Amino acid sequence: MSIANTLNLYWKYIGISIRAQMQYKVSFIMAAIGHFLITAVEFLAIWAMFDRFGSIDAWTLAEVALFYGMVHIAFSISEGAARGFDLFPSMVKSGDFDRFLLRPRSTAFQVASMEFQLLRIGRLLQAVIILGWAVTTLDISWTLPRVLLTIGAIGGGACIFSGFFVIQATLAFWTVESLEIMNTITYGGVEAASYPLAIYRDWFRRFFTFVVPLACVNYFPALAILGKPDPMGLPTVLGWLSPLLGVAFLWVTLQIWKVGVRHYTSTGS
Amino acid sequence: MPQVTVENLRKTFKIAERDPGMWGAVKGLAVRRYRTVHALDGIDFTLEPGELVGYIGPNGAGKSTTVKVLAGILVPTSGKVDILGRVPWKDRIEHVRGIGVVFGQRTQLWWDLPVIESFDLLKDIYNVPSDAHRATRDRLIDLLSLKEFLDTPVRQLSLGQRMRCDLAASLLHSPAMLFLDEPTIGLDAISKLAVRDFIKEMNRRNGVTVILTTHDMDDIEALCDRIMVIGSGKILSDGTLEDLRAKVKRERRLVVHLAHDGMDIEDPDAEVVKREGNQVQLRFDPEVISAPNLISRIASKYPVRDLFVENPPIEEVIAKLYREME
Repeated sequence: MSIANTLNLYWKYIGISIRAQMQYKVSFIMAAIGHFLITAVEFLAIWAMFDRFGSIDAWTLAEVALFYGMVHIAFSISEGAARGFDLFPSMVKSGDFDRFLLRPRSTAFQVASMEFQLLRIGRLLQAVIILGWAVTTLDISWTLPRVLLTIGAIGGGACIFSGFFVIQATLAFWTVESLEIMNTITYGGVEAASYPLAIYRDWFRRFFTFVVPLACVNYFPALAILGKPDPMGLPTVLGWLSPLLGVAFLWVTLQIWKVGVRHYTSTGS
Repeated sequence: MPQVTVENLRKTFKIAERDPGMWGAVKGLAVRRYRTVHALDGIDFTLEPGELVGYIGPNGAGKSTTVKVLAGILVPTSGKVDILGRVPWKDRIEHVRGIGVVFGQRTQLWWDLPVIESFDLLKDIYNVPSDAHRATRDRLIDLLSLKEFLDTPVRQLSLGQRMRCDLAASLLHSPAMLFLDEPTIGLDAISKLAVRDFIKEMNRRNGVTVILTTHDMDDIEALCDRIMVIGSGKILSDGTLEDLRAKVKRERRLVVHLAHDGMDIEDPDAEVVKREGNQVQLRFDPEVISAPNLISRIASKYPVRDLFVENPPIEEVIAKLYREME
């Protein structure tokens, strides 16, 4: 099974999913616009706050926009691409997961490519605009390493959020209830990472650095891009390595997924 | 060399029990009580290439559990399975590449996609070369007469059409083995015949080994050279149709066409099982009275127009076997 062949299959799956969503064009466009507006209002609230107080802990609005744009682009990518894991619990309940086990492909691949939620393009678009504004407003020279770091941080972030979805789906092998806690971490993580981590309390920062390495794919890279030292005193080099931590996190969650599949195939339910 | 070897296969399920009501649900969180169910209780058999085996048994006997283990989607508690040189659950991806599976109750196709697009996707999933795919696909479309609804989304197909498409889908990658779990369930008579003919064709012409679970004894009689009966997780009988009949107490049927309607037959060694117009069906034990003796006795006493001896229907044989098991 070559990589080219797998990618080809992935695009076919995505194409099917997109075509299915396009069958109801108007409803799709409305939903995408709605998504755009909801997330835009979110940023409007941030702007209003800065307009009132000028800055938070010496962070300017443009700087916060950099955090916000990066994390929201990452999140919308993973929301679109890993949506299958979101739908997965109902699949386990109905027994449809057996079908995936009968096909000569990894189960994680099949679940991931099951559906691509295109309407997340609303969030993506809004986040791109905000990131674009931040990039042009901030006084930063956009060298190649900086550009690469930004892309890497977004990729790493998408990996982390996808990892959240994988964990959430994996829990469905054991329980059909109590998945709400995962939403708290996922959506709470997005909210928290929209601001520089330095403004939060210690335990909260540590949680998002060491337990869930969200800070590593957002906060530290952003610091490195801004050329700011970490107010918490962690070395800047962390910023350059951290996108890899996102990939590592996703890898770990996929191993846990395999444990879940093994549990499923030994209980048959 | 057998294609499939199953040795002492066991599967035990632990089923959590909880007391009814709110309090039971709360208690269930802290203390879990389990009931153990032996779905498979030491199954042994081998299959040679090209066999067509019926796998039958009452509901809950372990049929589906066996099929799931053989298909690689369920890991047994203990025992050995070797299919085409592989252990299904250890080498899932390579294993499923060589087998085809159809579950009568559930489609393997994409609900919203036209049939032909499902077939295209399967080509990519199994990575079948384009030329080989086209040849196999066209032949299956032809054999199962799928042409007229190839562009119809699967959800709009009738059950019979869907089953034919599912059969085609399971064979697109040219597997050496086919597992069919109740492929004729809920089908009308014509679709059943089409499905049966197709299974026979694939088995005889292409040498595909087939394991078929079913409740439909006509399937068994029409298709299977060998029948395995499973009950309470054990193989109760494994052999030909004749072996199966011999397993239960020997019994024959004598069908008598009388000259007039509404007449009755009485005989000390035969029992009337059915009466329809001028036709009477009698049951007798050939060890108590031989067929020629019974025939001459009845022919001398009653105005007989025609008569013939037959075996009891297989349904009754099976039902009897199940009863004897209990």
